[in-house]
Amino acid sequence: MLQSDKVFWLFLPNTMTRGMTQYWDESMERLNGPDLKEIQEKRLRNTVIQAMKIGYYQKKFKESGIKPESIKKIDDITKVPFTMKKDLRESYPFGFIAVPISDVIRIHTTSGTTGKPTVVGYTKKDLDNWAGLIARNLTMIGLKKGDVFQNMVNYGMFTGGLGFHYGAELCGLTVIPSATGNTKRQIEMIHDFSVTAIHCTPSYALHLSEVAEEEKTDLSSLKTGIFGAEPWSETMRKELEDALGITAFDSYGLSELYGPGVAFECEERDGLHIWHDSYLVEIIDSKTGEQCTDGERGELVVTPLVKEAMPLLRYRTGDVTMKIEDGCLCRRAGRIERITGRSDDMLVIRGINVFPSQIEHVLLSRPEVGNQFMVYVDRINHLDELTIEVEVNREFFSGELHDLANLQNKLVKTLHDALEIRTKVKLVEPGSLPRFEGKAKRVIDRREIY
Amino acid sequence: METDEYCIKQISVFSENKPGRLAAIAKALMEKKVNILAFSIAEADGFGVVRALVDKPEVAHSILSSLGFNVAFTEVIAVRMKDEPGGLYDIAEILGNAGINIEYSYAYSGKDGAVLILRVDNSKDAIEKIINLGATLLKSSRFH
Ligand SMILES: [Zn+2]
Repeated sequence: MLQSDKVFWLFLPNTMTRGMTQYWDESMERLNGPDLKEIQEKRLRNTVIQAMKIGYYQKKFKESGIKPESIKKIDDITKVPFTMKKDLRESYPFGFIAVPISDVIRIHTTSGTTGKPTVVGYTKKDLDNWAGLIARNLTMIGLKKGDVFQNMVNYGMFTGGLGFHYGAELCGLTVIPSATGNTKRQIEMIHDFSVTAIHCTPSYALHLSEVAEEEKTDLSSLKTGIFGAEPWSETMRKELEDALGITAFDSYGLSELYGPGVAFECEERDGLHIWHDSYLVEIIDSKTGEQCTDGERGELVVTPLVKEAMPLLRYRTGDVTMKIEDGCLCRRAGRIERITGRSDDMLVIRGINVFPSQIEHVLLSRPEVGNQFMVYVDRINHLDELTIEVEVNREFFSGELHDLANLQNKLVKTLHDALEIRTKVKLVEPGSLPRFEGKAKRVIDRREIY
Repeated sequence: METDEYCIKQISVFSENKPGRLAAIAKALMEKKVNILAFSIAEADGFGVVRALVDKPEVAHSILSSLGFNVAFTEVIAVRMKDEPGGLYDIAEILGNAGINIEYSYAYSGKDGAVLILRVDNSKDAIEKIINLGATLLKSSRFH
């Protein structure tokens, strides 16, 4: 593959080469072939050493009869068992931290299916690495000193706010940490500060464009939009670009792998460049755990190669993608297709991960309703809506409408507490929902996002 | 005071707000020759309750349940109104003066004249008060 990349370049006419392409770290970004392999293997060995400071991995290696020193080559990685989100959750709070807690200089968390979140920790070096990766991404899409960047995502425990913030400062942008909320104020700032680039969820960007339209505010200073945290389609890209007069770029990341910045589109916008010197990528069949062949879609499994506080081996992201082996016009190595789905049934609703199992858990705790349910996901006016149909328990029905209405409100509230998002609850007649034999198909996603 | 004879069995049916549900209920009752004396529909967000006074509540309950409907009996009372202007006002005034809390009500006009069906939180108490204030309550035997 690496060879073909070079051959490809030999035959390109000079006029097609991108003289304009800017790199943050050109040698790393274009690293390929044996040089890439060498650095990946060196970093993999270090990551294994780092991981062996964690009780979880000591136990896993022992149980599987693997010697840490036997993981030398890239292909040796397949000997190592996968690490799942659930493993991280069960090790709450600091079970996956490989350094003294005093060396952890920041903690983020992600929401989980049960009460406890997943904790991610960062050393000074981790934060520097992460900011560097964000700086690569921003440079890759043409942003540089002189650009004004409004970061319209949550600045709290969510990694998207601070992650982008420090990366953007590092590459010299003027950063406006506007965070979320108050759309009119956001629009005013874009206008008044001549903002050139924004980062937010794609659905929020569409909402913002509509409000700006109503307010008749001129947002023509904008040229770049970075969108992530929830899936979005090519149709939505066109809508965003037309509405805001921008070029829209897809950003991929997850907190367990630092946060945003793991993979990002370049100006070609034909797949996501994943930073191969920092993340070792495998695509697996999520049912069998076997490696997929080239060009086959499967679950993205990542071994971060530079993480210090929280090393992970073969982390199952649950995201479905495939490797793109052809070279890219920007001459950077390593691409994956944009994420096309989830290998489990996790849903991303307004940027929040929702598992149908959480819904089931809530319903099981309420005797007034049955255990059957259906979940419908729609995108209405650019906002994700979750509708849950649930059967009223035959014995519960008193004949009174207000008892049903109270039940409906109570379910909305309990689900809100558990899922952290507002849902619509539809009470349906007992026995009216489909019964499943074998694997239930309870989720109908009617958004056209992939 | 004997109040039980004034307690009338209304059938209440939980129904999703979707086409054909009312027709399905009506058809089932027709086939079992159950006569609907009065009915009303109360609606909330996406669902409703169909309330009906019928001549054979037990038959209605069993046929609708067997068809999968979620059915319950609800105790209501029936007050006779004058079938002329001011008829409702007379009764409403009595109820108001007696401090009776009405959850819902609906009315019909038939061979017994005009009748107001009431769902109250305490039927026994309401029956005594209404009779003492001189209004006429219909006995359940007139319906079933
Ligand atoms: Zn590229």
